[in-house]
Amino acid sequence: MSRLIKVLGTGCPKCQQLTALVEEVVSENQLDAKIEKVEEIADIMKYNVMTTPALVVDEQVKLKGRIPAKSELLEMLKA
Amino acid sequence: MFSWIQRMADWLVFDVFHLNPEMHLAKALNFFFYDSVKILLLLFVVVFAMGIVNSYFPIDKVRNYLSRNKLYGLEYLMASLFGVVTPFCSCSSVPLFIGFVKGGIPLGVTFAFLVTSPLVNEVAIGLFLGLFGLKTTLIYVLSGVLLGTISGSILQRLKLERHLTPWVKEVLANAQREQEAFLLEKQPFGKRLPVIWREVLDILKGVTPYVLVGIAIGGLMHGYVPDGFFERYLSKDNPFAVPVATILAVPMYSNAAGILPVVQVLVAKGVPLGTAIAFMMGVVGLSLPEAMLLKKVMTLKLIGIFFGVVTLCIIFSGYLFNFIL
Repeated sequence: MSRLIKVLGTGCPKCQQLTALVEEVVSENQLDAKIEKVEEIADIMKYNVMTTPALVVDEQVKLKGRIPAKSELLEMLKA
Repeated sequence: MFSWIQRMADWLVFDVFHLNPEMHLAKALNFFFYDSVKILLLLFVVVFAMGIVNSYFPIDKVRNYLSRNKLYGLEYLMASLFGVVTPFCSCSSVPLFIGFVKGGIPLGVTFAFLVTSPLVNEVAIGLFLGLFGLKTTLIYVLSGVLLGTISGSILQRLKLERHLTPWVKEVLANAQREQEAFLLEKQPFGKRLPVIWREVLDILKGVTPYVLVGIAIGGLMHGYVPDGFFERYLSKDNPFAVPVATILAVPMYSNAAGILPVVQVLVAKGVPLGTAIAFMMGVVGLSLPEAMLLKKVMTLKLIGIFFGVVTLCIIFSGYLFNFIL
């Protein structure tokens, strides 16, 4: 089943970094996933995050306010 | 405590490079090596310590604490103190703002947090320790906390809710003092450490180039600008020095890392400490990029009032320091 991965962030450098990392991990591991960027602040707030960037996998907040290590990210995207 | 670094710098410049200790270049180089090593070391210690605190004290806990407890006026001080231990990058200021308002935390208390958090952060503290010593660092931290507390209380009195943008007003209307469930990370220290460690390295990697450039510029000024040079223009007797320094500083963007080593030399060459701290706070605490971000949640008028009140408080604390120090 394809996963829906959302990167929440208002466009700051760290958010772009996270998006790039997610894309990298997904393509390297050939994960079946759709990546979406959520930049509208009102939409971001629906997930109750106060620090960006945040990572949402299948509507579940997995991470907020920091950039994970590659291995950690892979775990989150796989689990 | 740091004499071994001085010995190392002396050895490197005078013995290895064979430079005459009387030369400007030798003095500047010596200063550069000594300061770089000392500051980066202190920066590492402070960033690491704050990283540990922050790992156990995430922003969600702070928000829940503030919205849950009735603190009878102390909430401004609490919010300001929380601002010290919770770093956030300026791009998070809007989500933070909304998150706080949603949790039913008064606008003034939210402002108290927003003022102190960028002002007193791990990088600024580490640099202050390295450049100015413990006493000045404590004064800086204390004044940052008071600044947040006082500006927050003033802003609350002004009843500014009507100047929020429409969608934020809607959020405000639906605000509730409830405990939002959040990702509880109950992890042992051993599991947290790698995460903290990586954050520390990231922060250091980000600021080190600025620190080195700042120290290099500081080192050049140290060697070439005569003592007392700035005293002519920026002495304590000049009543315009503090407001001019502060107002010049507001549009400049926050690189505490790059600007502090330069400020230290200014102080060494005769700029009064209060004026220098006011300048620092203007640079770190308020900036145009931040104003642009806040436009999503506040009307221009509110941003103006917010910046105005904080600027006045900074100017006031600048005068105060010049007076008491």
